[in-house]
Formats: sequence, C-alpha cells, structure tokens
Amino acid sequence: MLSYLINGISLGSVYAIIALGYTMVYGIAKMLNFAHGDVIMIGGYMAFCSTSYLGWPVIPSVLFSIIVCTMLGIVIERLAYKPLRDASSLAVLITAIGVSYFLQNAALLIWSSNPKAFPNMVDLPNLVIGDIQISSVAIVTIIACIVIMTGLTLFTTRTRLGKAMRAVSEDKGAAQLMGINVNATISMTFAIGSGLAAIAGVLLCSAYPTLMPTTGAMPGIKAFTAAVFGGIGSIPGAMLGGILLGIIEIFAKAYISTQLSDAVVFAVLIIVLIVKPTGLLGKKMAEKV
Amino acid sequence: MKKLSKQTISGFINYGIIIAFFLLFQILAATGNLGSSLKGQLIPICSYIIMALSLNLVVGISGELSLGHAGFMSVGAFTGVVVANSLSDHISNGIIRLLFALVIGAFVAGIAGIVIGIPVLRLRGDYLAIVTLAFGEIIKNVLNCLYVGIDSRGLHFSLKDEPSLHLEPGGRTILSGPMGALGITKLSTFFVGIVLILLVLFYIQNLVKSRPGRAIAAIRDNRIAAEACGIPVTKYKLMAFVTSAAMAGSAGALYALNFSTVVPKKFDFNTSILVLVFVVLGGIGNLRGSIIAAAVLTVLPELLREFQDYRMLAYAIVLILVMLITNNEKAMFIINNRLKSVFKKLRKERA
Repeated sequence: MLSYLINGISLGSVYAIIALGYTMVYGIAKMLNFAHGDVIMIGGYMAFCSTSYLGWPVIPSVLFSIIVCTMLGIVIERLAYKPLRDASSLAVLITAIGVSYFLQNAALLIWSSNPKAFPNMVDLPNLVIGDIQISSVAIVTIIACIVIMTGLTLFTTRTRLGKAMRAVSEDKGAAQLMGINVNATISMTFAIGSGLAAIAGVLLCSAYPTLMPTTGAMPGIKAFTAAVFGGIGSIPGAMLGGILLGIIEIFAKAYISTQLSDAVVFAVLIIVLIVKPTGLLGKKMAEKV
Repeated sequence: MKKLSKQTISGFINYGIIIAFFLLFQILAATGNLGSSLKGQLIPICSYIIMALSLNLVVGISGELSLGHAGFMSVGAFTGVVVANSLSDHISNGIIRLLFALVIGAFVAGIAGIVIGIPVLRLRGDYLAIVTLAFGEIIKNVLNCLYVGIDSRGLHFSLKDEPSLHLEPGGRTILSGPMGALGITKLSTFFVGIVLILLVLFYIQNLVKSRPGRAIAAIRDNRIAAEACGIPVTKYKLMAFVTSAAMAGSAGALYALNFSTVVPKKFDFNTSILVLVFVVLGGIGNLRGSIIAAAVLTVLPELLREFQDYRMLAYAIVLILVMLITNNEKAMFIINNRLKSVFKKLRKERA
C-alpha cells in the first residue's frame, strides 16, 4: 500500500514536471504545445547518447540533455510558433502537431524504431524501511520535483524575469507598454519548459528504461491532462494535478486492472472537470458580455 | 427558373467533385492504370473524407474543438464488424449486411455521442477539447479489453478474456481484446463509400441552410447573444455533436469492413489528430476543403514514397509550412497576386 503510494507520487512527479512545461507555455502563449512530449523523448535520447556512446558521467550528460532541449525549445518557438503569434489557436495547434510529427520522425531516422535500453542514471542503493523497499529512482524523482517546484515558485514571484513572465501571461499588451520584452519573455518560457522536459525525460527513462521515438507521446498526453486537471495556466495546479494523476494511475493499475488504468485516469479527469470546469486550482474566468 | 443561391451552387460543385472523383477512379481502374497501392487506399480515403466532413460539423459549424473523434470511428468500426459477422448466418448478400453494419454502426456511435456529449458540452474551449480527448482514450482502452463472441444463444460480451465468454462449441469469437477483430469478410465497396460521402455531404449542406443549422452557427458566433435570442444552446450543440458522431460511426464501419483485421489501437489519439489536420488544412467550416485535404493527405504519404524513410518527415515539414504560409498575410498576398496574374494571362491568351 505505502509502496504503491510512493510509486504513484514518483510517477506523478514526472507528470508534474512535464505538466509544468505545458502549463507555463499555455499561460503565456495561450497555446497547447503538442510537441512538448517529443521534447521529453529528445531529452531522453540526448542523455542516452552522451552516456552510452560518449561515456560521459551522469551529471554532465544530464546537463547536456537540458542544454540541447532548451536550445531546441527556443528554435521551435522561433521557427514554428512565433510567425503564428496572431493566428487562430487552431492553426497554432496544428503547427504544434506538425512539429511533434517532425521530432518523432527525425528521431526515428536517427535512432531507428528499436527500443534502446536506457542506462541506469541513478546508481544509488534502494532505500529499505522495515519490509518495504523504495527504489532510489523514485526518491530522486520526488526530490527533483520538489526542488523544481520551489525553484519555479521563487523564480516567478521574486525575480524580475519571473514577474515579467506572469505579467505577459496576464495581459500581453499591458506588459509591452510597461517595457517588458514580450518576445524574449515567451522565448524564455519555452526555454524553461523544454529544459524541464529534458529533466523529465531523464527521470522517466530511468524509471521505465526503454527509449523509443514514441516514448514521449503518452506521458505527454497524460501530463497535459494533469495540467488541465489542476487548472491550466496555474503552476501549483500542474504540480497537484500531476501528482494526483500519478497516484490514481498506480492505484488503478494495482487494484482495478492494468489494461483499464488509463481509462480510470481519464474518467477521474472527466468527473473533476464536470464538477469543477476550470480544474482543481484554476482561476474562474468572469464572462464578459 | 428560380435563380440558385451561391450556397446551392457551391453545394452542387461539391457533389460534382465527388462524382468526378468516383468516375475518374472507375476509368483508371477500367483501363488498368490504377496502382495497387492506390487501389487499396480508395475506401480509406472515402472513410477519411466522411470523418473530415463530420468533424467539420463539430469544429467548423458548431465551433467546438474535438480531439476524440477517432473514438466514435472506433465504436462504429467494431459495431459494424460485430453486426456484419453475426448476420452472416442469416443474410448472405454482402451489400445488405454492409448496409446493416453502416446503419447500426452509426446508431451505436450516435448513442455514444449522446452519452459523451451531455457532460462534454457543459465545458468550454480547451477544457472541452481535453475531455473529448479523454473520452477517445477511454473508448480505445475499453475496446482494447472487450471480447465479443457469438453462438446459437446469441452474442456474448466480456471485459476479461476469451474463456470467460463461455461460448458453446461451434461458437466463434468476433472481437478478441487487443488483437481486435480478426478474419473480417471484406464487404466495403468503393461505390458504397462514394454514396455514403454524398449522403453525408447532402445532410450537412442542407443542415447548414436549415433553421437548426443557423441556430448552431449563431451559437458558435456568439453563445450569449444566441441564448438571449431564445435558442436552446445545449439542444443544438448536442444535435451537431451526435450527428457528427453517428457519421463518424458509419465511416468507421466502412473502414473496418475493408480490412481483414482491425485493432482498437488503430483509432487512437493520432487518428483523431489526423482528421483534425484535414479539417484545419482544408479550412475550418469549408466542406470542400475538408474533402480535398482528406483525399490529398491520405494519398500524400504514398506519393512521397520515393523519399522512403524521409516521407513522414517530409509530411511533417509540408504540414508546418502550409500552416505557416496560409497564416502569413504577406505570403498569402504574394501568392494571391501571382495567381491573379496567371489567371489574367490565361484569360488574355484565350481572348
């Protein structure tokens, strides 16, 4: 029971980190970045390549993966999303899907569709308390999640850049009038989101060590669900949504059915949204006539 | 003679395109110029066109983003397979069985549409989109565990495994969970597919002109104003949603009965997105655009075959570029001017 709970929190932490990327980008650019899940996959492959082919130690390869994904996020934003800043949200959505196909197929060409065995990034002994065993990956994941969460909260509330980010997400026009560089802020948001995706990729692949070009797709969808679950656009909401989703998934797997666990997760989401249509921590929007 | 409105003429052009498409491929097939890979694509093209048209009813005319349209296709597909298979003992005529499969597939998908539509349509915008996505995933997951068998006592259902169907000896399994439907008799024909497209097109084009159609468009343009005018919002939204689901169901039945095996995984999120891409690329709310985009994009990966491994990459790049160009006023301006000058030249030459 307790070990299920911890596994759930650990899986949920990964979802939460991914969901943060979704929610931040949504908050600031009002778009669903469907390519986010594939950035996770690229992050996983980068860490895989630098450790397995180049033989780098863990920390540099994780850093390498973060840097590559950050750059990738900025490049994607510049090339694909920036020209569409004023276009309809559906147009941006389809472009994001195009980017997602592109990344998946590029990965397919470079690394082929054979699953790669991800090296163990967290080489620590498992924690044993009484008769339950907690894997070290789970602990590292949970710690990483807490650190990221605190860091992001401090960043958005204390620093100038973070405040600029919140201002842009609230009102782009007004933010620009206050002298905030809106384009740079949006780029920065994509960079942070993609960097987080790289971390999530490494953690995800450490817990489930098979790496394929489609690895990022399903966690991407679930994290997106988590972001909506918690109220899209809200950072604590993404965290809460991610962790709850992870716990529900693990418990559904353990007590209901392995095959139907995804159905249970989505059913819970639907119930929550019907009861509270803006998600758990979402802001209620006033309707203007 | 009464002068026809622009809308009516545009509608007739759409029928013309479909019939021309049918005749073209009939001639190609008769003269033996039709490649086998393209021939196999004909019925999938028909069902994707119906999918795109039906999704356009939700996204374009009713203005709600749905990300789970493949779920309805899936419901229709597997209902169609079960119907066609269980009727095979009683009705030997393939076309009649196909019609039963299409109608019942559409009906069951429509019921799914009602069940899903009632909670979904309470939500707005991205939340609505994510719930349709969730329902699509739930349908896929449930069908992935669904076992259906038939024997002399009738149909048996189970969510666990094949033995728990308790079939009599001589009974047969129709759906076997993640393996999907095996050994389907191919019943779909290109002709039926074309007729189905024409029916769907006829229905949507007339709906748009009718009182409910105008009400649906009014809700899309301004929900609050429409509500203030006394339009029952939920009723009309639900109507568009359920109709669209039923159409997707028939498209699914047509699709499934064209193959010998169909797995539930086929109708996943990616298929929903694919259909959405048809709708958006064709122009939201533009039926002709949907038809053309569905046909071209289904064939495109085949045409890009010479790029081999790069074809899906090329597909992605084409998709991104088309979106970037069609949404860029400057680029569109240049293209429009070019096209205009080309047409002018042509006209001059003719004169």
